[in-house]
Amino acid sequence: MASLILLLVVVVTLYPFLHMLAVSLSSNANVIQNNITFWPKGFDLSMYKLVLGDPQIWTAYRNTIIYTVLGTLISLVVTSTGAYALSRKDMALRNSFTVLIVITMFFSGGMIPTFLVVRSLNLVDTVWGMVLPGAVSTWNLILMRTFFSGIPKELEESGRMDGLNDIGIFIRIVVPLSKASFATIALFYAVGMWNNFIFPLLYLRSPDLFPLQVLLRNLVLAGSASSGDVTSIGGDNVVVEESLKYATIMVSTLPILIIYPFVQKYFVKGAMVGAVKG
Amino acid sequence: MTRMTRIWNKNKALWLLFLPCLLYYLIFRYAPMFGLVITFKDYNLFKGIWASDWVGLKYYRMFLENPDFWPLMKNTFLLGMYKLVFGFPAPIVLAILLNEVRKAAFKRFVQTVSYLPHFISNVIVASMVIMFLSPTGGLINNLLEWIGLGPINFMNEPGLFRGIYVLSEIWQHIGWETIIYLAALTAVDPQLYEAADMDGASRLRKIWHVTLPGISPAIVITLILNIGKVLEIGFEKVFLMQNPAIYDTADIISTYVYRVGMVQGNFSYGASIDLFMGVISLIFIYTANLLSRRFSETSLW
Repeated sequence: MASLILLLVVVVTLYPFLHMLAVSLSSNANVIQNNITFWPKGFDLSMYKLVLGDPQIWTAYRNTIIYTVLGTLISLVVTSTGAYALSRKDMALRNSFTVLIVITMFFSGGMIPTFLVVRSLNLVDTVWGMVLPGAVSTWNLILMRTFFSGIPKELEESGRMDGLNDIGIFIRIVVPLSKASFATIALFYAVGMWNNFIFPLLYLRSPDLFPLQVLLRNLVLAGSASSGDVTSIGGDNVVVEESLKYATIMVSTLPILIIYPFVQKYFVKGAMVGAVKG
Repeated sequence: MTRMTRIWNKNKALWLLFLPCLLYYLIFRYAPMFGLVITFKDYNLFKGIWASDWVGLKYYRMFLENPDFWPLMKNTFLLGMYKLVFGFPAPIVLAILLNEVRKAAFKRFVQTVSYLPHFISNVIVASMVIMFLSPTGGLINNLLEWIGLGPINFMNEPGLFRGIYVLSEIWQHIGWETIIYLAALTAVDPQLYEAADMDGASRLRKIWHVTLPGISPAIVITLILNIGKVLEIGFEKVFLMQNPAIYDTADIISTYVYRVGMVQGNFSYGASIDLFMGVISLIFIYTANLLSRRFSETSLW
């Protein structure tokens, strides 16, 4: 009985993706007749040719990759150094800093004052506006602090004997010992940045800077050709809007779907630590 | 050497490591909090925050007297409540079901699949919902047609928005939210199950008397956090799923703040509404925690 319900959960989760893939790979005639379930009928790659032939997609892809790589790097450095300092019981003012940080989990200035700060720093419509305002997630910071607290003190003391200062201990001893936790937190940040929609909505103006998520919203949700279900592009080339949209979704989701099985265990490990220790 | 210089010398390396993080919090988290003074001012783009004129509670009064006030409060509150009532128990049920599975490989497979939608962006989930529910060629309407029902224009029916939103939230996050309960379940003593077996307990009785009490602290903590978040429904997804035809039920405080504040440029007014809700949210989480501390000995602080 339990297995049966779980199997249903699997089907409900996976079917939407299979359906989108099938429609996007099917021929127009079959899409218009609505007879596609989870297997493509009249295999046809033209939608993908259309999507991949659109220079907007490539610009958005490039932007997303830049924001993800740069943002993850900055976030990792700021979060890990901060978390390490907070994990050290002998740091003066440690408790005050912790309170300062925890307060932000319950109260924030909100969308508009934050926007005004970002604007006053001249970060609007720049790459920095995408990567700096979200540089630290308090949740990830606490997670990393928990990781670092688990490192035996003796290792740090042996580093001190060898003449390392606190920064040296962090770089030479703590970082190499925490590769797995760095990987986990990097993944959390990278997914967050890849999927981010609110920052570009608030802080970006020029289409040249738009990441995939904004382009996707403009093409799929705010699509201009939403009145009928068939749109003609360039006269004789009939395009079924539905399969074009599904192809666009697939193209922008594929990277996550492909790497997900390989990195999933890191996510779970990170979430577990967060869940158990809080 | 004075005490101050001694503390400074001892801590300067650690403080230096902490500095970027501190700066981040001061600039991007605390400066906006102080920026909230604009809610008591007539924010003027050219004068800046400090030189703008004080107007006292004008914008709060404006919001309270606005005919949109009650509908917005109601929409925000109801959407949050729906999500709490239906979304909160869902992962608990799934975690218990997963716990009942004996085959480790099958359990891992179900988990892997159910976590997946959590990593899909809100833009994609909202796109999928809207396209599947489309009256022309959408998957769901094809199905309805197949069983002989006429097409329904789901995304134009104000009465359906809350249900659609909550279902999509459950679909997206149910698997991921089981993690906390599965972690709690690993801590349940297997001897308790053996003892229950000796007493001749059925599977359901074991779930009721061993599994549920075993994860109840995790349930309470998650519940407090969720009650605290009732009014903080994610802006992104509601914004992406709503359209003017269903504002009656789909317009919530955060989307209204975006429209009034960011799109129309009424910074002071928008920020006032946001702060108003933030304070109510704070009262929510404080009360939930207080109640929990009194009745269950579990609390956030």
